[in-house]
Amino acid sequence: MPNSVLWAVDLFGRVYTLSTAGQYWELCKDSQLEFKRVSATTQCCWGIACDNQVYVYVCASDVPIRRREEAYENQRWNPVGGFCEKLLLSDRWAWSDVSGLQHRPLDGVALPSPHWEWESDWYVDENFGGEPTEKGGWTYAIDFPATYTRDKKWNSCVRRRKWIRYRRYKSRDIWAKIPSKDDPKELPDPFNDLSVGGWEITEEPVGRLSVWAVSLQGKVWYREDVSHSNPEGSSWSLLDTPGEVVQISCGPHDLLWATLWEGQALVREGINRSNPKGSSWSVVEPPGSENGVMHVSVGVNVVWAVTKDQKVWGIGCEDRTVYFRQGVTPSELSGKTWKAIVVARECDRSHSGSSSSLLSAGCFFGDEVRGSGESAPSDTDASSEVERPGPGQPLPAEPLDDSKYPTGSSASGPGAGRTAEDTTEDACPAEGSRAAGPDTHPGPAPTPAELPWTNIDLKEPKKVPSHSAAGFPETTSLSSLGLLPLGLEEPYGVDDHPLWAWVSGGGCVVEACAMPRWFTVQAGLSPSVQTLSLSITPAQTAAWRKQIFQQLTERTKRELENFRHYEQAVEQSVWVKTGALQWWCDWKPHKWVDVRVALEQFTGHDGARDSILFIYYVVHEEKKYAHIFLNEVVALVPVLNETKHSFALYTPERTRQRWPVRLAAATEQDMNDWLALLSLSCCESRKVQGRPSPQAIWSITCKGDIFVSEPSPDLEAHEHPLPCDQMFWRQIGGHLRMVEANSQGVVWGIGYDHTAWVYTGGYGGGCFQGLASSTSNIYTQSDVKCVHIYENQRWNPVTGYTSRGLPTDRYMWSDASGLQECTKAGTKPPSLQWAWVSDWFVDFSVPGGTDQEGWQYASDFPASYHGSKTMKDFVRRRCWARKCKLVTSGPWLEVPPITLRDVSIIPESPDAERSGHSIALWAISDKGDVLCRLGVSALNPAGSSWLHVGTDQPFASISIGACYQVWAVARDGSAFYRGSVYPSQPAGDCWYHIPSPPRQRLKQVSVGQTSVYALDENGNLWYRQGITPSYPQGSSWEHVSNNVCRVSVGPLDQVWVIANKVQGSHSLSRGTVCHRTGVQPHEPKGHGWDYGIGGGWDHISVRANATRAPRSSSQEQEPSAPPEAHGPVCC
Amino acid sequence: MTDDKDVLRDVWFGRIPTCFTLYQDEITEREAEPYYLLLPRVSYLTLVTDKVKKHFQKVMRQEDISEIWFEYEGTPLKWHYPIGLLFDLLASSSALPWNITVHFKSFPEKDLLHCPSKDAIEAHFMSCMKEADALKHKSQVINEMQKKDHKQLWMGLQNDRFDQFWAINRKLMEYPAEENGFRYIPFRIYQTTTERPFIQKLFRPVAADGQLHTLGDLLKEVCPSAVDPEDRVSLCRSGWSAVVRSWLTATSTSEFK
Repeated sequence: MPNSVLWAVDLFGRVYTLSTAGQYWELCKDSQLEFKRVSATTQCCWGIACDNQVYVYVCASDVPIRRREEAYENQRWNPVGGFCEKLLLSDRWAWSDVSGLQHRPLDGVALPSPHWEWESDWYVDENFGGEPTEKGGWTYAIDFPATYTRDKKWNSCVRRRKWIRYRRYKSRDIWAKIPSKDDPKELPDPFNDLSVGGWEITEEPVGRLSVWAVSLQGKVWYREDVSHSNPEGSSWSLLDTPGEVVQISCGPHDLLWATLWEGQALVREGINRSNPKGSSWSVVEPPGSENGVMHVSVGVNVVWAVTKDQKVWGIGCEDRTVYFRQGVTPSELSGKTWKAIVVARECDRSHSGSSSSLLSAGCFFGDEVRGSGESAPSDTDASSEVERPGPGQPLPAEPLDDSKYPTGSSASGPGAGRTAEDTTEDACPAEGSRAAGPDTHPGPAPTPAELPWTNIDLKEPKKVPSHSAAGFPETTSLSSLGLLPLGLEEPYGVDDHPLWAWVSGGGCVVEACAMPRWFTVQAGLSPSVQTLSLSITPAQTAAWRKQIFQQLTERTKRELENFRHYEQAVEQSVWVKTGALQWWCDWKPHKWVDVRVALEQFTGHDGARDSILFIYYVVHEEKKYAHIFLNEVVALVPVLNETKHSFALYTPERTRQRWPVRLAAATEQDMNDWLALLSLSCCESRKVQGRPSPQAIWSITCKGDIFVSEPSPDLEAHEHPLPCDQMFWRQIGGHLRMVEANSQGVVWGIGYDHTAWVYTGGYGGGCFQGLASSTSNIYTQSDVKCVHIYENQRWNPVTGYTSRGLPTDRYMWSDASGLQECTKAGTKPPSLQWAWVSDWFVDFSVPGGTDQEGWQYASDFPASYHGSKTMKDFVRRRCWARKCKLVTSGPWLEVPPITLRDVSIIPESPDAERSGHSIALWAISDKGDVLCRLGVSALNPAGSSWLHVGTDQPFASISIGACYQVWAVARDGSAFYRGSVYPSQPAGDCWYHIPSPPRQRLKQVSVGQTSVYALDENGNLWYRQGITPSYPQGSSWEHVSNNVCRVSVGPLDQVWVIANKVQGSHSLSRGTVCHRTGVQPHEPKGHGWDYGIGGGWDHISVRANATRAPRSSSQEQEPSAPPEAHGPVCC
Repeated sequence: MTDDKDVLRDVWFGRIPTCFTLYQDEITEREAEPYYLLLPRVSYLTLVTDKVKKHFQKVMRQEDISEIWFEYEGTPLKWHYPIGLLFDLLASSSALPWNITVHFKSFPEKDLLHCPSKDAIEAHFMSCMKEADALKHKSQVINEMQKKDHKQLWMGLQNDRFDQFWAINRKLMEYPAEENGFRYIPFRIYQTTTERPFIQKLFRPVAADGQLHTLGDLLKEVCPSAVDPEDRVSLCRSGWSAVVRSWLTATSTSEFK
């Protein structure tokens, strides 16, 4: 959970931020300006300053915001001078845009605003569709406009090349002024209110934000083209409104509400992905005719409003009954919140002398709640209200109090694809009970001096700590929550009680499981909370534990040393754990059968302990049993699905058969008990304990479970290597999509939600509690992934596309293959560990593209789908996604804030360590930026900061070899080599484009000591030929194998892959760990595969294993044939 | 790195070499050889001395045998105290092995409880566990356990099976992450020179100001005399299996005997 911040403005217009990890308000870094209104998202904050100008504050990040400018140089061949700039009259401009219609000379391309700077000069793009072009980057065609090719042919009459230049947004961490109005005809009309939202409507790469503003004259403006990569937007456009608008609020999704002077509320309809401005307004009458709405604030699917009589109203956007059931509680909660704020104030007063201001905001959050939109002005003290600075307050009817209300996604019923229309229809204003009950004093709103809330506070301050403290955890189950920002700042100026004027929680993401420590402070515990973390450090605890251990050891020595020959009072005996489980039987038809199981632990003659697992079953009314020696078990894998708590036991033989012993327990607890006990027994019999060694091999299953194996020295022996089905894998807590390690013990992982994690040195966590887990270094970890289902339709001449298919068709709601029926209501999260955290939404980012509603068309099922309808298309489908979330624990700490797609750590760099250079670590961000981590060392595996390495396109995969060779794969499938990377020059100097294998798009690359392997999208594994120290790019790709889905090359140039379609005696298995055999210095490609554990493995990293085999004494022996010399089976 | 587990193991596998000698006045048919045994510190005398009983009964007449009891330097040994506690309390400064005298006659009714069977030890042990959990979790954890879990705890102790015991006991030693510790720390302080058998008070792991308490704080509050190094203190936690947790800082461990 990355830190996010709450933004607030105090009465003097100073802007403060409060981090979810912090406990103090921090003054905004750029404090030159005074503001009257702010509205924040995670990336940036918009504000209206006291000069009535709009500013945007973009938070600094290690990754720059960069935009590419392009221009095309066009030339025509003529017999005299060859290709030259003289074009025909009918031709395009010599310098043009991509279409050729617009004149675009290089020096005519200007920076859009003073907030941008050029990154470099113009240069020619020599990459053409993933292929490098001849020098000069020219592409040829018969005529304009036409299809261009790389090769110059006899009939190539024209040519063109692309010039590119990057500009970079430089005004970060400062308030950048937005030009007021572009149209000079518009009267100067200062803005009065502003709201930012809509970030849930479009995902990356569109990533648009909706910025709405209201002018003093009551007009509504929309800022065009605001996105992450264009933080300023382009221009303001005016929207017609049925009346004069006072105030506006935009939710993170498609909700937009505004209030009119007359007291009605306006709802914008028709806002969607393709039309972020919406299409029309509809008017909502206020709850009471005399008391108009003064202020509204919206969340994902809830609206809160303040009316002129100081009542707070809530409107659920779902159906009314749902709302009513939940409505009461949020309003009660908001009551509590206000109380909590009171306490904050008391508490604040008792603190003195602290230079930074103290927090005091109340927030309520549900599961996965986002603080959205914006929130309200708040005044806590009438006396200081009078002192409120005037300039920023052009409106006499300043709303007094209100709140903004994000909602928990759990509120949304399944299968409710809401649109703006639905919203208004259902949004019959329902009354939430009055927020603060007796605390609410109806009063005339427009007079700022009479602030009803002022009197609440001092009434019952005593009661509050328990209320507020107890209130937070309880609310977590609620779906709709609010954020009630109010509070005070530490008095340190002339004025004794500076007050907040405005708060925005749009950028503030708080999870129920990780409450910021804002509230604890209020409960009067602030000093203790701080000292608690300071008083006993982990280092002290470790030292203390060590001391105890030493004392115990001394005692044992003292009391036992001379008496070891004494008889033990209690003879060691066999311990048996028995239980009832279900077993996936070995005979056909395979099914779950009830069995009794018994685990017998006994101590052998040598003192070593061993265990046997017995499975007692009945077949044909005959009692039988099967048994497994736990010292033969190579892996224990939890297999959680929607219904069963099951796990699989692998032995070498079972690994070869691709048929593990599968057992299921009745409850999750029962399964965890068995898993922990069996795992402990396995580890004990193999004498594996504590943290994995730095050389450990890491792997991940398709369920995100993390496994680690200690490499034996003969694993990479040239002769008789250890068969990899005998490697023992043990599980480490946590949930990851990929993991990379190096031989200094630096381990990084990336979750399904692209969060970066660094290994802390612990073990256990997750389902391994108690003895199987380390005491420290275990932290909460969460992950989010999407579940996808497909909506399928067939065209018929009468009604067009409908959900009525032919009898032979697939289910109208199905999985990707069409074979399984998957309805919105019937689809469950992948296992009981996962919980839904969003509603179903259309996924537009599917390969092949979609139309505006997300449909993909094809001539028939199953076929290749495309994004626009043609005459031949009779079926269409669209992909729906729903986010689900898992919370577990493991030895992982988040590396915020940048999310990653790939990461690679230099396998071995003892030299760098000695010379004081950090360990080289490269990564690809979620957006495709190439990043180089600085400050990584064995002691500080997380490093310190990212260094951005510019590229001309988004990248997908990266790998750094032991000699600082950096190879990468771009999203267009082409490979790149980074030149001149040294310990002293960690980012290198330039990219060299390496052509892909013919007609293949690469997707992953892995570099060992000298070997370079790449993987294409069709599962082919390629070896780079001809790499020499003087020519590190190599000469060509050589095919090694097919059916490979992941490759990892280690520091001994050992090659391990995850392969599909591996034959076992029972079945073909996907996701099998395979080891390349026969890899030698003079034969780096090896000649066969050895198969290890499989059936659902997704990822492996052998890059930490630099353990060389001890020199064999039998050098004269002929190398024996590898165990299996054929490649993975072709299909 | 040292882990809690290493500490737990060492505590569990603590042994006291003991020499059992038959009381001189017991009537025997032939001379009784002393019997040597390694006693587990965490167990109870009557639970682990079957061998001793058998050994001495061999040389005695059946009619002279009644309930066995133990004595060290004139003090009858309470079987319901853990062995390690008895040793630390009475004999930690004497030379090893620990010389215990075995009696079969003249049961000291006013000093000792009868121990008719292993069931009595089990009942006593389980009541200690329950008392400790009442302090730690308002009995919530132990009450939620099944009968077989309780049995496993007891069998783990009886069979000296660390894993068997800890597979269940870990649940008793956990507390919610949002809390800083147990509700109260279960402990008893035994002293040699006192009219009270032990001191036991309610003590929270976290002070009102949020500061984590150390063992030193505990001693200062409930037993100020212990801070004076002249007085010997033996601290034993009820539910003895519980091992000092991280709220005890390094400085206070010297007081832990």
